[in-house]
Amino acid sequence: MPDIDIATPLAPASAKTMLHGLRGFFLPHRIAMALIALAALAAMIAYMDWSWLPAYLPRLWSGLGMTMIMLVASVGIGFLFALPLGLAQVAGPWPLRWMSLGFCTVVRGTPLLLQMWLFYFGLGSLFAQFPEIRESWAWPYLRQAWPYGLIALTVSFAAYEGEVMRGAFAGVPAGELEAARAFGMSRGKTFRRVWFPRALHRALPTLAGEIILQLKSTPLVATITVTDLYAVITRVRQSTFLTYEPLLFLVAVYLCLSGALTIFLRWMENRIPSGG
Amino acid sequence: MTEGIDFSLLALDAPGWGGALLTGFLRSVELAVGGYALGIVIGIIGAIAKLYGGRVTRDLAEIYTIIIRAVPELVLMLLFYYVGTDLANRAMQAMGYAGFDVNGLTAGILVIGLVQGGYATEVLRGAIRAVPRGQIEAAHAFGMSPAKVLTRVTLPAMTPHAIPGMANLWMIATKDTALLAVIGFSELTLVTRQAASATREYFLFFISAGVLYLILTLVSNYGLRRFEKHARRGMDAAR
Repeated sequence: MPDIDIATPLAPASAKTMLHGLRGFFLPHRIAMALIALAALAAMIAYMDWSWLPAYLPRLWSGLGMTMIMLVASVGIGFLFALPLGLAQVAGPWPLRWMSLGFCTVVRGTPLLLQMWLFYFGLGSLFAQFPEIRESWAWPYLRQAWPYGLIALTVSFAAYEGEVMRGAFAGVPAGELEAARAFGMSRGKTFRRVWFPRALHRALPTLAGEIILQLKSTPLVATITVTDLYAVITRVRQSTFLTYEPLLFLVAVYLCLSGALTIFLRWMENRIPSGG
Repeated sequence: MTEGIDFSLLALDAPGWGGALLTGFLRSVELAVGGYALGIVIGIIGAIAKLYGGRVTRDLAEIYTIIIRAVPELVLMLLFYYVGTDLANRAMQAMGYAGFDVNGLTAGILVIGLVQGGYATEVLRGAIRAVPRGQIEAAHAFGMSPAKVLTRVTLPAMTPHAIPGMANLWMIATKDTALLAVIGFSELTLVTRQAASATREYFLFFISAGVLYLILTLVSNYGLRRFEKHARRGMDAAR
């Protein structure tokens, strides 16, 4: 199944075209719209209640930190699992192929929220029944909520990205692999030098889209009592009885996060040479 | 957990939770279908606004899709839910009705539809652009009104191009209904959690709900494949 967001890699813009692009951006109607938006923003700041903001700022920062940790850790670990999942579906023996296909189908076919609650409530209550686990070194961690949130996010990312890697591995032209074999490379070397780099390169634009989607999944950890950004805002809403201000603030923060992440990922993408 | 699983908890009648789960499942499907349909309508309007609209309309549509694609669905749903019910309440009060309770199903469909609309706009815009210009120009040349060109030529011709993306969106819609559990809609995921915490059989209920979602996904996947084959008839087989 095709993915939603396929960003085409852009050539790095020169200073002249950038200037031209900027002039193309500031059309008269855009200036008017920007002024209206600024007026609306000023009205929001003036007429809405933002007195809670300074008091909650430290907690908001630590919530943001938790959101970023969840994102980076789940993407990093999930990608390590996605590689074998994708490879097994393309080149694995049939039991492995069926198992990884089944894993991806099940995880992609059920809501992440349900998986997270299964891990947190199900595994959490199961672990508590075994004295061996309760007395082990891992128990202080397993009593907290964040490991279950991280497991759920990682499993989800691995399944979605595994599907992407499957397509990327399958999409590397057979001729390139045959050429590598003809040069006398071993199977391992062919994988390391040709198949994997080429597949990764093909997967990069989709990977960027998947990372943005993953950022948008992180607030779900708040439902299992992990205090990420969303959980802090929920706390604000409960203690100040404000509805709109905290939510609008949250929308603004996520807009900035997604924007910054998009720019960063595009910059990373442009640094990787795309030689044909 | 250790002494085996009590499957009688899934019985359809009162002591078992099977009936409640199935009702919740039905509710989820209703929400998904309604939200998806609303999303398609918003998507068509958005795609037309982006392709044929004036400068301001185009930019407004762009802002809408940027926000939908950048902000987590959970946050959007909360915001739409509060804004929507608040506005509806005020409108009803202004018209003279005292108390007004927004129907849960309507609010849920509205919330999912607004989120789906942002993605549908992008999918449909790409699909409309894939329709050869000549076909649309020919329809204009026959003297069809713009509305007739849309319903007779543009929409039918873009359907095969839109199906893969729209199928993906349907899968997202079915899974997004679960997020409504956080706002308190009694759809499948919330009912499952209630059943699980009442009986403390977490695995049994969460896995049963997972199976229900999976059945929905697999069945609709099969249906969408068949529909795609039907819509692509007569087009190039190679793709």
